[in-house]
Amino acid sequence: MKVTIDGQEINVEPGTTILQAARMIGGESVPPAMCYYSKLKGSGGKCRCCLVEVSKGSEADPRPMPKLMASCVTGVMDGMEVKSITSERVLDARKSVTEFLLINHPLDCPICDQAGECDLQNLSFKHGSAKTRYIEERRTFEPENIGDKIQLHMNRCILCYRCVMTADQLTDNRVHGVVNRGDHAQISTCISKAIDNEFSGNMIDVCPVGALTDKTFRFKQRVWFNKPFNAHRDCDKCCGKTTLWMFGNEIQRVTARKDQYHEVEEFICNECRFDHKDVNDWVIEGPRKFEKDSVINQNNYTREIEPVKIDTEKNILLGRDKDRKKISMPAVPLKEKEEKVYKEGNV
Amino acid sequence: MSIETISLSGRKKEVSNKKMSFWESLYLVAIVKGLLITIRHLFKRKVTIKYPDQTRELSPVYRGQHMLMRDEEGRERCTACGLCALSCPAEAITMKAEERKPEEKHLYREEKYASIYEINMLRCIFCGLCEEACPKQAIYLTKSRVMVKPSSDREDFIYGKEKLVMPLDMAIKNTQMKTAN
Repeated sequence: MKVTIDGQEINVEPGTTILQAARMIGGESVPPAMCYYSKLKGSGGKCRCCLVEVSKGSEADPRPMPKLMASCVTGVMDGMEVKSITSERVLDARKSVTEFLLINHPLDCPICDQAGECDLQNLSFKHGSAKTRYIEERRTFEPENIGDKIQLHMNRCILCYRCVMTADQLTDNRVHGVVNRGDHAQISTCISKAIDNEFSGNMIDVCPVGALTDKTFRFKQRVWFNKPFNAHRDCDKCCGKTTLWMFGNEIQRVTARKDQYHEVEEFICNECRFDHKDVNDWVIEGPRKFEKDSVINQNNYTREIEPVKIDTEKNILLGRDKDRKKISMPAVPLKEKEEKVYKEGNV
Repeated sequence: MSIETISLSGRKKEVSNKKMSFWESLYLVAIVKGLLITIRHLFKRKVTIKYPDQTRELSPVYRGQHMLMRDEEGRERCTACGLCALSCPAEAITMKAEERKPEEKHLYREEKYASIYEINMLRCIFCGLCEEACPKQAIYLTKSRVMVKPSSDREDFIYGKEKLVMPLDMAIKNTQMKTAN
């Protein structure tokens, strides 16, 4: 079937949605998606971020569709013409949807662990306005403890249902769902039961905002100070292919590998995610690459820099031995291995 | 024009070993010329000031010692979001975040706070980008004339929270001023 999105033609299989077709083309005209997740069945159609204008229904019925369509759940028709960023209406709708999503979302990015890799942050940066028009009090929930591995911040949730679908489709008995309705709807493990499923950690990766975050990584580091590396290990439960978020020689967080649409390539098990924080457990393949404008690339060097060798007196090159001590962060002492490197001056 | 005589700046002068004439060898003309320049400067505006008695006015964009502010209730504003450290071109700022305990609610404004916050004053260039980046209005570069006190130890230039956080009595005074007005 032939579809035209923003003037770019592509031939796709019947049954593809507009969003998938746009992703095949790539580039600027891909609509943003907060709830649609290609790896989860039945996801999409909730956040309305991916609204597009269908200016020509199909070859058989060329009338335009009267309303903007959610591209993630609208299938393509032969000869369909779609306007994404070329339509003023779509951009306006996206702006309004962003404003709606941010009504109850707290402005706590400085505290949130998701900041820097948050889809809602990216969306509001691109489509949102800097000011809020909302004067009423935001919806708040009592903090709820859902176990020692995953942190739930219900206030930040945008009700995309991705995590519920993950729990439904990846794990055998779901202990996690949405209770109440409308404005009071909230994610909860029913009866506040701790989530102890083998693949429950994937909810963290799937969450587009900071509602579900890694408790073992809580407030440890801002994501852009970490160095991400591709790594793998032999795991009998999952593929074992992960991204390690390192700080120096310490693994601070393990996540699945995410592609350019921030969807995980392959789901990983909880053992890989939470229990293996030692470098010796992993085979490191190399640095993980991100989009050029991602904050994660900030101050990152993709290759190790060898010290330059200069033939001269040691004191000129490295200073006096007694001066070579750690002066910053005295409360966090160096590890034995690091101290040796430090003393040699190769830091 | 040959390469020897070309002068791009126009200020190149040829030096020669030419013999001085009688009047030139007396130096009288040269001395009078020099004195005239000196006398002319007596009547010009002075460029110096009498320093300890007089001080120059600070520029409106003057940036001095950093301070981590407290809010009206005396709680620390900083949440250790790391944006100051990210924006710092000299990489002078380091910090470590910690989760606030329920009994510390009167000390820190948000759920997360900086347990360690250090500025390396040997690296800092007082550019003020940290102040600009701060989303919580926590770090400010004050108008203090004292920038960094001299010392012979490198450790003394690592300013921790004890030197950077606004003193509590200052915060109390600020709040009193605000409520009085």
